[in-house]
Amino acid sequence: MGSSSSSSYMRNIPQAQVLIHETGFSAAHLLRLYERFQFLDKGSTGELRAQDFTAIPSLALNPIGDRIIGSFFPPGQEKLDFPSFVRIMAHFRPTDPNRSRDGTQLEPVNSRNKKLRFAFQLYDQNGDGNISRAELLQVLRAMLGVQVPEEQLQSIAERAIQEADLDKDNVISFDEFRKSLEKVNIDQLMSIRFLK
Amino acid sequence: MHLSGLVQLWLLGSLMLTWPVSGLIRMHPESTGTSAETDHGHHNSSVEEVPIVTFKWPHVKTPYLITLWIFVAFLGKMVIEANHHVTSVIPESALLICFGFILGGMIWGADKKQTFTLTPEVFFLYLLPQVILDAGYTMPNKLFFTNLGAILIYAIIGTCWNAASVGLSLWGCHEGGAMGDIEIGLLQYLLFGSLIAAVDPVAVLAVFEQVHVNEVLFIMVFGESLLNDGVTVVLFNVFDAFVSLGGPKINAAEIVKGIVSFFVVAFGGSLLGMVFGLLISLLTRCTKNIKIIEPGFIFVLGYLSYLTAEMLSLSAILSIVFCGVCCQKYINANMDENSVNTVRYAMKVLANGSETIIFVFLGISAIDKEIWVWNTGFILLTLLFIIIYRIIGVFFLTWILNKFRLVPVSFIDQVIMSYGGLRGAVAYGLAVMLDESKIKEKNLMISTTLIVVYFTVIFQGITMKPLVRWLKVRRANTSELTLIEKVQNKVFDHMLVAIEDISGQIGHNYMRDKWKHFEDKWMTNVLMKPSARKVRDQVFKVFHRLNLKDAVSYVAEGERRGSLEFVRNETAIVDFKKKIGEDFTEVMPDIMADTSSDYDAMTDMRRDPVPSVSLEIHEQGMKGVRETEDVNTHHLLQQHLYKSRKQHRHRYSRSHFHVNEDEKEVQEIFQRTMRNRLESFKSAKMGVAPPKTISKHQKKDQQQQQKMANGKQLDKSKTYNSDFEFSEGDSATGFEASGTSSPWRVTYRAGAGIENPAFMPDMDLTDPLQVPPWLADTELDSSSSMVAPSQRAQVRLPWTPSNLRRLAPLRISTRSTDSFMMADREATQPRNEDDERFPPPPPPPPAPHRDEGHM
Repeated sequence: MGSSSSSSYMRNIPQAQVLIHETGFSAAHLLRLYERFQFLDKGSTGELRAQDFTAIPSLALNPIGDRIIGSFFPPGQEKLDFPSFVRIMAHFRPTDPNRSRDGTQLEPVNSRNKKLRFAFQLYDQNGDGNISRAELLQVLRAMLGVQVPEEQLQSIAERAIQEADLDKDNVISFDEFRKSLEKVNIDQLMSIRFLK
Repeated sequence: MHLSGLVQLWLLGSLMLTWPVSGLIRMHPESTGTSAETDHGHHNSSVEEVPIVTFKWPHVKTPYLITLWIFVAFLGKMVIEANHHVTSVIPESALLICFGFILGGMIWGADKKQTFTLTPEVFFLYLLPQVILDAGYTMPNKLFFTNLGAILIYAIIGTCWNAASVGLSLWGCHEGGAMGDIEIGLLQYLLFGSLIAAVDPVAVLAVFEQVHVNEVLFIMVFGESLLNDGVTVVLFNVFDAFVSLGGPKINAAEIVKGIVSFFVVAFGGSLLGMVFGLLISLLTRCTKNIKIIEPGFIFVLGYLSYLTAEMLSLSAILSIVFCGVCCQKYINANMDENSVNTVRYAMKVLANGSETIIFVFLGISAIDKEIWVWNTGFILLTLLFIIIYRIIGVFFLTWILNKFRLVPVSFIDQVIMSYGGLRGAVAYGLAVMLDESKIKEKNLMISTTLIVVYFTVIFQGITMKPLVRWLKVRRANTSELTLIEKVQNKVFDHMLVAIEDISGQIGHNYMRDKWKHFEDKWMTNVLMKPSARKVRDQVFKVFHRLNLKDAVSYVAEGERRGSLEFVRNETAIVDFKKKIGEDFTEVMPDIMADTSSDYDAMTDMRRDPVPSVSLEIHEQGMKGVRETEDVNTHHLLQQHLYKSRKQHRHRYSRSHFHVNEDEKEVQEIFQRTMRNRLESFKSAKMGVAPPKTISKHQKKDQQQQQKMANGKQLDKSKTYNSDFEFSEGDSATGFEASGTSSPWRVTYRAGAGIENPAFMPDMDLTDPLQVPPWLADTELDSSSSMVAPSQRAQVRLPWTPSNLRRLAPLRISTRSTDSFMMADREATQPRNEDDERFPPPPPPPPAPHRDEGHM
């Protein structure tokens, strides 16, 4: 794609300028994401559905692939348009230290907090703002080899909750979740280098 | 068969080890002369009467000495490795050099001169190829190619920078009068700079194998050291030609020729190696009938690639590296699993052996009065410059590279990279190759090189570990994590991989994606056996084929059963880790070490299982306050969390190879995903409730049964062995990724009993067309395409009996239960009962999870 064709291409992208401003993606990033979006959109409907995602073969090998797909779709919604797609993907943009947004604005979608939020809702399936023992257990079950028996899983979940649960209500709230991951370099662990 | 193959390779190996030292001895006519005289006397005396026995020393002398040397070197290594407390402080390479000093001293004391030294011919033609071929063959390809850009920049630009800067600075100091009166010109300095510039893979590996730095740092240092050997040899040859040409005759045209030759030699060598790699891959497609010698091809052709490149004056080192890198994937898929293991072992034997010999002889070579010429200025300045310029080079190049990396190379990693610039035998070999008629101060250069080698290998080698610890370099894995962090880290990994998949960027790199397509389309077709290809397809394109087409058409068509269910169930599993921790520590130390090391990223670098045992016990003792259960839980997580694709890069280690666990996990995850999808599909289509969670009671039962089955386990494994000896085709080890020619049938029989939870038994009974699994077995060879996918799924069951015992004793029992149950089934038990016995495979699909159903 030459630069001339790419600029004309840009016009096809819905809300391009708004998205660039909001997510911090460059035009080239956006263009690439748009191409990908169209590629995934098998029916050319302008919207993605869950099965468009599941058609990506390598996702089948991802133990939490289903959850990640699920997190693209807000509860009750079955379709995903391009702007929403980009907004979700923007969570994974590396944080750039020199790009200081003026403080009055919303915090950027790729901030540490937002990244954590995204990770949190992978666990919190019922959306009540807490990770319950059962919810944690489900993730563990998906993530652990079959060699681990159920009792062990349960005790692991129990322990993990105990570790993180500061107010002793037997669930992990978002604050507790954030505190427990304080030492983890989220910026690095939850960023990929988007191609231009 | 396995054993005989191994023995064969051993012979080949010892032969290869034998040549070097024979060359070594041939290099010393004086010594052979003196001993020949004494032998002559023997010969004469035996003529006069009929000898009962004769002493024929000259007859066997050469091979005898060679073998004796190898034996001594190995013994030395054995003694050194027996002292863990020493090797944990001083790296083995340094100790081997010191061992060489002692041996050299003894020889010197006996002969009054150094009879045995490391000659360039022996080193470059016989010892080095073995080490480099192993490095190429076991190269973690993914990691290597991910960082190839950085590695190439360090290897090419960095090495040229080192050579030029060291050469020029020395020359400057010489002009400034720092070295007194020596006869070295600018070109000679540059020549010397080029031979001293390269970091040595043998030395680097020997040290870095023991300090467990993070894998990116490791591959950068190691990859650089491997490739820059090629570069430095090329540079050396170019400058050598310049020196022969003499200063005045060098004009612009010659310099241009030199630069062109640099690229031709380097890239020509790499290309030649790739051609040989592809040739090996092609050959292994057709070695089905000569399994015993098929491993030999790799060694012979690998060596040929080295020699051919040497003959064409291309870079032999690059040639053999790329030969190994290119062929590993295809030959591992094409060859019989036993042959693959044989190749790996034999490769390690050769590489480790020649590495040992190289270090010992590096030590021995020092004890020689003739080569030592001391020039304080020259030697100290050289040492200073190589260190300073390496630091400058690394930091400058990294500064540029970091602009293009997602995860920049950290400051501390850069320090370690600079400090890891160990010089080794390649530099020494090149120095000895210098032509004394053209370079008057050859001996000074040799002694300087030796000093540099000893300083870097011994001093930097010893201080590397404390430095790594002191600087808190990011290690291969961090241990002090909370449970939630541990889980969360894995979640992050999987998440990133998924997002990359969704955004269509496979592993940061679009080009690699393209390459993969190309490879899938062309390379694999040409280079892999059809059968191996099938296995591969099944791994990588699993989803489409099985989920969308087969599963749907299966159900729609009328419930052919016996396809996807996993017999292997978690209920059969006891809490092994816990048990071992409590009861079996003394009884089965090996097993404990094995299991603890299985999933541990660091342990492939460990040289011996024993320390891992003691470590663990130590750890438990230290955390006496915490409950042991807690420790156990951590261990359990450590070992059983699925690793995401990113984590699956195994490390390079010369003295160990590590069977990648990768495939098994991929299998498990895949089976699981499939099951979930089938279930959601089923419940959506038929309104049938998903199978209930396994009840505790059943689980206990199963465990009980498991234990009983353990009793029979021995017999079972015996049967496997005998099977395996009598007919190769029936090899029960068939279903490893490396692939066998005919794994289908046996696998099916052994691992059968896989059933699809989506197919209800009662429906099965009503279906007249349905083929029971035991009949399907016989049908298999001519099986229709409808049955095939399910078998493929099974073929990939992650167990191989040969691995079982080592990896997790538990699995033996799981496995034997399978066949155990199969036996039951073949006694035509009613199907329904069977199905009750087989609880739906773990883990049961979580309810909210299914909401995201995708069918």
